[in-house]
Amino acid sequence: MKLNNLEFNLNDFASEMAKLKNEKHFDFLVTIVGEDFGEDGLGCIYILENTQSHERTSVKAVAKDRDNAYLPTVCNLWKAAELLEREVYDFLGIKFLGHPDMRRLYLRSDFQGYPLRKDFDMDPEKNKAPMFDDPEPDYTMQYSLDNEGKLVAKKKALFTDDDYVVNIGPQHPATHGVLRLQTILDGETIKKIYPHCGYIHRGIEKIAESYTYPQSLAFTDRMDYLSAMMNRHALVGVIEEAMGIELTDRIHYIRTIMDELQRLDSHLLFYSCCAQDLGALTAFIYGMRDREQVLNVMQETTGGRLIQNYYRIGGCQDDIDVNFVDNVKKLCAYMKPMFKEYRDIFTGNLILHNRFKGVGNLSRENAISYGCTGGTGRATGWHNDVRKNHPYDMYDKVDFKEIIYNNGDSFDRYMVRMDEMEQSVHILEQLIDNIPAGDFYVKQKPIIRVPEGQWYYSCEGSRGEIGVYLDSKGDKSPYRLKFRPMGLPLVSAMDEMLRGEKIADLIAVGASLDYVIPDIDR
Amino acid sequence: MEVRKPHIKSIPYEDFKDNDSLEKIADELNAGGVNVVVGSLDQAINWGRSNSLWSLTFATSCCGIEFMAVGCARYDFARFGFEVTRNSPRQADLIMCAGTITNKMAPVMKRLYDEMADPKYVVAVGGCAISGGPFKSSYHVVRGISEIVPVDVFIPGCPPRPEAILYGMMQLQRKVKVEKFFGGANHKEKKPIVVTEVPADFNE
Repeated sequence: MKLNNLEFNLNDFASEMAKLKNEKHFDFLVTIVGEDFGEDGLGCIYILENTQSHERTSVKAVAKDRDNAYLPTVCNLWKAAELLEREVYDFLGIKFLGHPDMRRLYLRSDFQGYPLRKDFDMDPEKNKAPMFDDPEPDYTMQYSLDNEGKLVAKKKALFTDDDYVVNIGPQHPATHGVLRLQTILDGETIKKIYPHCGYIHRGIEKIAESYTYPQSLAFTDRMDYLSAMMNRHALVGVIEEAMGIELTDRIHYIRTIMDELQRLDSHLLFYSCCAQDLGALTAFIYGMRDREQVLNVMQETTGGRLIQNYYRIGGCQDDIDVNFVDNVKKLCAYMKPMFKEYRDIFTGNLILHNRFKGVGNLSRENAISYGCTGGTGRATGWHNDVRKNHPYDMYDKVDFKEIIYNNGDSFDRYMVRMDEMEQSVHILEQLIDNIPAGDFYVKQKPIIRVPEGQWYYSCEGSRGEIGVYLDSKGDKSPYRLKFRPMGLPLVSAMDEMLRGEKIADLIAVGASLDYVIPDIDR
Repeated sequence: MEVRKPHIKSIPYEDFKDNDSLEKIADELNAGGVNVVVGSLDQAINWGRSNSLWSLTFATSCCGIEFMAVGCARYDFARFGFEVTRNSPRQADLIMCAGTITNKMAPVMKRLYDEMADPKYVVAVGGCAISGGPFKSSYHVVRGISEIVPVDVFIPGCPPRPEAILYGMMQLQRKVKVEKFFGGANHKEKKPIVVTEVPADFNE
């Protein structure tokens, strides 16, 4: 959608935002985009959704003074803002007044400069990896204004003397990558979790600003590599929408089918890893066995196993393989009995029930407040499927169920994904016989320029809403490209879910959340 | 007695691509002569070591999923003796760096490497670990892990296919086979900790 930003006076920004949330029910903060507006200063764009009518709106707030930029916090309204504002502070140096924990989120605490500002020096010689440990302070800062309107910093200790702190990660097999969870324990019980991200922060958004649009496509597959197709779908989607490209029906069909194959692949890996984290190695091997079948089908067309690089602006890289239709049909026929096998081997397992049921509860209100989309949100009864709420491609023409569970515990999160696999197969079966003839690619100019404006487009990824915000000044490369990571809300909600639970359940809850770290860190 | 050419069972010797570099290593080792007793023991131990390479599960991004795929039923690296993956660096023989290493991760990676016991090996999997790959122009990416740790085998690809990972691991097997274990890989002399240089501003 093209963004028409509301702008408020900064003095009553907090009350206007509260009005938006409480009176107009914009209770889902989709994302906060920090941006360097050049001469106008530094600022944020808040994208909000009404969870009843699924209407979306956006608010822009700008701090004019670049050296001393500050904005009022919104983390008292939406809990998702806690980490999102830290991200903005990290990359742009905007301080949020009243935010309880204003530290860097991704970069090292001794990092100099703010990378997403336009005047940041990207010279590799100046950005060499330090070979000593991060001198992490054990306090955090809280900023506020005094009577004269000057910025005041207050130090706050992160730990008390009695706290027992265990670092889980960054090198830990059960964090699914290089996430670090600093966990404060009382005996075996978790008191607080501080997530530390950025161990795989590759600066994709900043690199994309100096690359052309077709070049920047290559990054999306490497973000969340388990929903490579959907990530790229969101990026080409936003560019196509901005340029007003009309796609053929064939492209819509192919993209929908590929997205669902990718979802099947991702959920099979979720099932495998979830089983492995809980110690069920047999189920792991079963899931991976069937994942190879899905990969084979995609590989015949795209040429890649994990990273396919298939979509491009205006269509697809190439037409589908001659045997694609047959292969997908065979795959559907193969997968159906397998779902029963998964139920027999793992879903019905008593150990799984004991470790998952009633563990890591998340209420519907908190899921919305943290912005936990995807399976995690749907397990709490929140209807957040982008395919239903903001249909794209063929999703409004096919019949499929949005899987909703209501307990919000780890078991429901697991069940949502298991049931979604069956729905994916159901969608594939409806589409595969009817792929219309036509072009697989609508020819574009050699140099792609996106008209001026700000756009946001989202797809349903494997583990939530993957959104792309694009600010174009009419150049060959984006002025600002921002991805809404699917995993960041899940990580920020971990503290809420796990407070009072046992430390052993952290692994189980982490398995059920199914986050992918390069997607969080970008 | 001599250090033999590194034959492994899985693929015929001639089918490997860079036999020259390994033969060069073998020639260097043979230059000073090889003791019959120690040389035979070396051969036996290297045979065992090369067929039970335990790797540290160190996956930072995409390549890690391919590493998992290699461990599963279709590609099954248990055929070569790689199936034991360790979560502690102290029990691992090699660190398989699957994924991008960022500036924040670099000290962690170095520490993991330092924690491993000799003899230890490093395999760089994928473009990012080799040179920074697609993220070379970033402000937060290490341009190849060879800047941090010595690398034994590079496996190119983005991500490398499982077959490529297996090929790279077989190259490592061969590399292990052309080593002197006694007095060589098992006992690398460290720099003495006693300082013998006289400081410039020292006066008696």
